[in-house]
Amino acid sequence: MSHSIPSGSRWRWYIVFFVAPATLIYTVFAIYPIVESLRLSLFAERDAVEAFVGIDNYKKLFTEPYWADQFWNAFKNNVWLFVLHMLIQNPVALALAAILSIPNLRGAATYRTIFFLPTLLSVVVIGFIWQLILSPLWGITPAFMNFMGVGKFFAPWLGLESSALTAVTLISIWQYVGIPMMLFYAALLNIPEETLEAARIDGLNGWSIFWKVKLPLILPTLGLVGILTYIGNFTASFDLIYTLQGGLAGPNGSTDVMGTFMFRTFFGFQAQLGDVNMGATVASSLFFIILIGVSVYLFGVQRRLQRYQA
Amino acid sequence: MRTTILRTTLFAAAISAATTGWAETTVLTIESWRSDDQAIWDEKIIPVFEKQFPEIDVQFKPTTPTEYNAALNARLAGGTAGDIITCRPFDNALAMYEAGNLADIKSLEGLANFSDVAKAAWSTDNSDATFCVPMASVIHGFMYNKDAFKELGLAVPKTEADFYAVLDAIKADGNYIPMAMGTKDAWEAATMGYTNVGPAYWGGEEGRMALINGTAKFTDEGFVEGFKQMAKWTPYLGSGFQAQGYTDSQNLFTLGRAAIYPTGSWEITGFQENAEFELGAFAPPAKDASSDCYISDHTDIGIGMNANTKNKEAALTFLEWTSSAEFASLLTNAAPGFFSLANHNFEVENELAQEFMAMRSECKATIRVAHQILGRGEPALSNELWTLTANVINGTMTAEAAAQGAQDNLDAWFKP
Repeated sequence: MSHSIPSGSRWRWYIVFFVAPATLIYTVFAIYPIVESLRLSLFAERDAVEAFVGIDNYKKLFTEPYWADQFWNAFKNNVWLFVLHMLIQNPVALALAAILSIPNLRGAATYRTIFFLPTLLSVVVIGFIWQLILSPLWGITPAFMNFMGVGKFFAPWLGLESSALTAVTLISIWQYVGIPMMLFYAALLNIPEETLEAARIDGLNGWSIFWKVKLPLILPTLGLVGILTYIGNFTASFDLIYTLQGGLAGPNGSTDVMGTFMFRTFFGFQAQLGDVNMGATVASSLFFIILIGVSVYLFGVQRRLQRYQA
Repeated sequence: MRTTILRTTLFAAAISAATTGWAETTVLTIESWRSDDQAIWDEKIIPVFEKQFPEIDVQFKPTTPTEYNAALNARLAGGTAGDIITCRPFDNALAMYEAGNLADIKSLEGLANFSDVAKAAWSTDNSDATFCVPMASVIHGFMYNKDAFKELGLAVPKTEADFYAVLDAIKADGNYIPMAMGTKDAWEAATMGYTNVGPAYWGGEEGRMALINGTAKFTDEGFVEGFKQMAKWTPYLGSGFQAQGYTDSQNLFTLGRAAIYPTGSWEITGFQENAEFELGAFAPPAKDASSDCYISDHTDIGIGMNANTKNKEAALTFLEWTSSAEFASLLTNAAPGFFSLANHNFEVENELAQEFMAMRSECKATIRVAHQILGRGEPALSNELWTLTANVINGTMTAEAAAQGAQDNLDAWFKP
């Protein structure tokens, strides 16, 4: 090539131009708030003045029973939420995507839309609808279950400590199953036809093709969905729980997650006044939990994932 | 002809200039959790004020009750809160005053119209500062479906034994759910349950003051008995009460599916609009025929000023007006069930409200137990009572354990 670009000699100003908008938006709406919450978490109000207290807030959060109990309860609930999403949402999404990607499937487009539709609805609407569906007073569930002859198994699930969190999680799965489904679906469609053809010529049946050819090829997407589920379970679980169970995340804190705990601490709830510094401490702890999880994935898992170039 | 037109135009211009000059109104925004009362403020209370003070434009902007404090505090911190702030009583408002969000209005002349007891709910412990004008109290008790009681031949219960006999009779009949209450939102359990019937067992004010003085504990018999009563309520609630929220209970009762509704006088307006049967009210039952009955006559609503308001003059004018006899009578009759705390003489026209008023002379009065002084811990004791009471009714905690939980909350910080 005779017209090669001289490397390193010209200031490529257009890079700044392209990067600036994103940098600006992320700085204002993500980086600055994170830094500010980290800063707030190191301060506390002493005699109506903000004073630097080092890691005292974190000590309080992890040692004082009132705070530690709430923190570990919320953390435990978040873990359960994550486990259920990984065990139910993602396999179901994968199964749906696999079925939808079968060539010449009738009505595939319609089903795809139907499965994805709840994702587009507002969480408040979802919460309201499901609260009514499951309501022991006005809901259709008790009548429907009676009709099916299993009425005696009905319980006010959202109001029982033993089942509330699972019920909320299943509603969340129902709503969000469309997103991993779409990601898997796109990845499955990306697999070149020649590869599958070669597998078929080699004598593999549909079942084996899925497990031995398709699945390894979409492994990076599986990882991506896993990490999105991990982050979403800590951040996105707040709105649904707040709409369904309120700020106290009842019954008896059994649906309390880091998000609702942070909300209650930061903004206060009813007779409880908000504490900006402790709220920021909870938020920062949440940030570190996500950071650790994502780092483990990035350095421990993603780098080892083999990418098959098909 | 031309000159006439010119003159008229000039005249019109002059008038409009003058009126715009006059009409330079100050807009006052009221923060409140009484979203149920929007129409009452918009149609009945504010117009009367604006007629007298046309230069002030008042807007009532409520937030949902459970979100009120969180949302308000966020707005206060961000400097976007309204000029007038509806105050919850005691520790909650006190904390807002101490945080510099509520102004000291002790110099307001109208405050002379209120008793010290009423003012105590919105003053510092040593009465140095008063930060809200007492507005109204609410009386706790029970509402019942008069038609249902007539149908089943039941009389209004006076004692605990009567009370459970009535509930048993309704349950045996099977047409009505005996009592409309759920534990989903938790606060009803504590507010309409524990602090409603409990005072009969801990002796009302006497028990409450004993807690504050440190001579009594939540683990004492009276306070435990309050929780035990809650456990006794469980079989009389509708099926699935664990997932039944506040509005569910309201609907259950106004639709005529439940016979008794533990509540307070604040429901009067809404219920009279919605219920198609005759409503009655009775006081929380006494322990036995020889004991007194106790009611929570709770100083519930005050009204104060945002310390950082830009419209201080107008806000003070409004607050002064809320201490007037006119406001007292307007409020009590427009929002029956909110009984003005002012010493003015005014008539209560609503019959159901009169029934609640009558309880004041029949029973001894107290306030919700966890609101004064005792509510300053982490978490605020009244929030803690919500969860504890709901647990007892749900059967996941014993009365003794709940009492211990409440005492633990106090022990963690409280020095009598």
